[in-house]
Amino acid sequence: MIKTNKKTPKNIILSLENVSIRYGTFEAVRNVFCKFKKGNITSLIGPSGCGKSTVLRSLNRMNDLIPNCSLKGTVLFDGTNIYDKRVDPVEVRRRIGMVFQQPNPFPKSIYENIAFGARINGFTGDMDELVESSLRKAALWDECKDKLNDSGYSLSGGQQQRLCIARTIAIEPEIILMDEPCSALDPISTLKIEETMHELKKNYTIIIVTHNMQQALRVSDMTAFFNAIEYEDGDGGKVGYLAEFNSTRKIFNSPKEKTTQEYISGKFG
Amino acid sequence: MNSLYYQKRLSRNIGDKFFTSVSAICALIAILPLIFLVTYILYKGGSQITPELFTLEPNPPGDDLGAGGINPALIGTLIITSVASIIAIPVGVGGGIYLAEYSKGGSFSRFIRFGVNVLAGVPSIIAGVFIYALIVSTKILFGSMYSGLAGGMALSILMLPTVIKTTDEGLKLVPNELRYASLGVGASMYTTILKVTLPSAFRSIATGVVLGIARAAGETAPLIFTALFSYYYITGIGDLFYEMGSLAVLIYNFALEPYDAQNKLAWAASFILVLSILSVNIFSRILAAFTEKTKRV
Repeated sequence: MIKTNKKTPKNIILSLENVSIRYGTFEAVRNVFCKFKKGNITSLIGPSGCGKSTVLRSLNRMNDLIPNCSLKGTVLFDGTNIYDKRVDPVEVRRRIGMVFQQPNPFPKSIYENIAFGARINGFTGDMDELVESSLRKAALWDECKDKLNDSGYSLSGGQQQRLCIARTIAIEPEIILMDEPCSALDPISTLKIEETMHELKKNYTIIIVTHNMQQALRVSDMTAFFNAIEYEDGDGGKVGYLAEFNSTRKIFNSPKEKTTQEYISGKFG
Repeated sequence: MNSLYYQKRLSRNIGDKFFTSVSAICALIAILPLIFLVTYILYKGGSQITPELFTLEPNPPGDDLGAGGINPALIGTLIITSVASIIAIPVGVGGGIYLAEYSKGGSFSRFIRFGVNVLAGVPSIIAGVFIYALIVSTKILFGSMYSGLAGGMALSILMLPTVIKTTDEGLKLVPNELRYASLGVGASMYTTILKVTLPSAFRSIATGVVLGIARAAGETAPLIFTALFSYYYITGIGDLFYEMGSLAVLIYNFALEPYDAQNKLAWAASFILVLSILSVNIFSRILAAFTEKTKRV
């Protein structure tokens, strides 16, 4: 542990403090303050280009993989700034898992897809049991228990995405980040994933980016609305910012900001 | 109003026909050398193939005993290409991994990519002269001069660019999502490359390696300066440090002899060489086709 900040309340698992993210000279988001509660599902919504995916990726240092991406500010996880120079991003990603927009199983068997992450994380317990429990938690066990040795690609898109969720659960992260996990899926698969998320909420904190406002309403406790505007000191392009952050009910029923009201009622986006 | 029906006499249609046939003829001419070359070699060499060819040593020219076989040259080619592969594959694959996975497109990686392209264009004889100056004339390898080892080194220089390029390109074809997936479950860069990206790119890398081997196996010029030639059976590992025969140099030597028996042997060797390079190329095509099929939809 590097630095413990005693001020952070116990139920806050992750907090962004004055975070600005740039891709080279292009400013993606500016001055984001946001606190994520433990055991909650938090949705990040907003129009395209508002930087919500960028913010999500910054939470487990996935942005490191994008050339020229730089972050200013502090992301506190477990009392530690994960952007501290001494922090190992590999360790951060082990504790903050991620599910991506496109289902991306490994070109391996279903069993191996789940065992891979656990094994590299030094898992020494009963692998069969871990595979089963992870698949159960992701509500995929019944559909694939008889074909664990088939390729991950043999599953349908929705099943693949749940496999990716199972794979993330298998490394027992504290937080699961989901980047539009249902955007490539049909409504029935979407529903199943949402059910899975409700199950997962008992043990994990989930932060999800979604374009689908109904989904945000259905699954999340808290909602963060991001918007993009042109700043006077900017270079003319739109820069994302956190417009409003509140409980999902308040955001959808009585938003404080006018732009939030306009966005959720479908006036732009 | 013009008719909607196709009119042969229209100048644009005549022009179109003309250019179609010109380009078709050019394509035909381009493929002719290959067809003639292969059929001629099959015809001239195929008739010389006997079982003894594969088992005997070549006889010195001018002898009345007949030409003998090409066994030492055949084994020599295998050994020299293996030595080249042992050097070029690890270095090339490693370099390709660096370019595709680790480098961030900075000036160093641009320099390496440029260097690889230049190396790919270096005439093979230069590679031979280089190894001659570095290894053969200095006797740096345990005092041996011309040797199979030096020949393998010269060929490895020629293989290297192909291997680096195909590794680089093969890895770049692996979707980034797969890398994110692996890094997202907490894998390090090194585990990701070893367990996820490299296996996914394996077949395209293998295709490139096979093509590199095929190119190296047929090279003559670098071997004249390095491995030279030998008439004698390869009997042990120690022979690596002495002159070693190869199909390509055997062809070069014997095709120029005034004796008919040696010329025939050269044809037979050409037949074997062309056939093996052709089959290696076809093998790599099959490998590539197999890759296409197994790629995710």
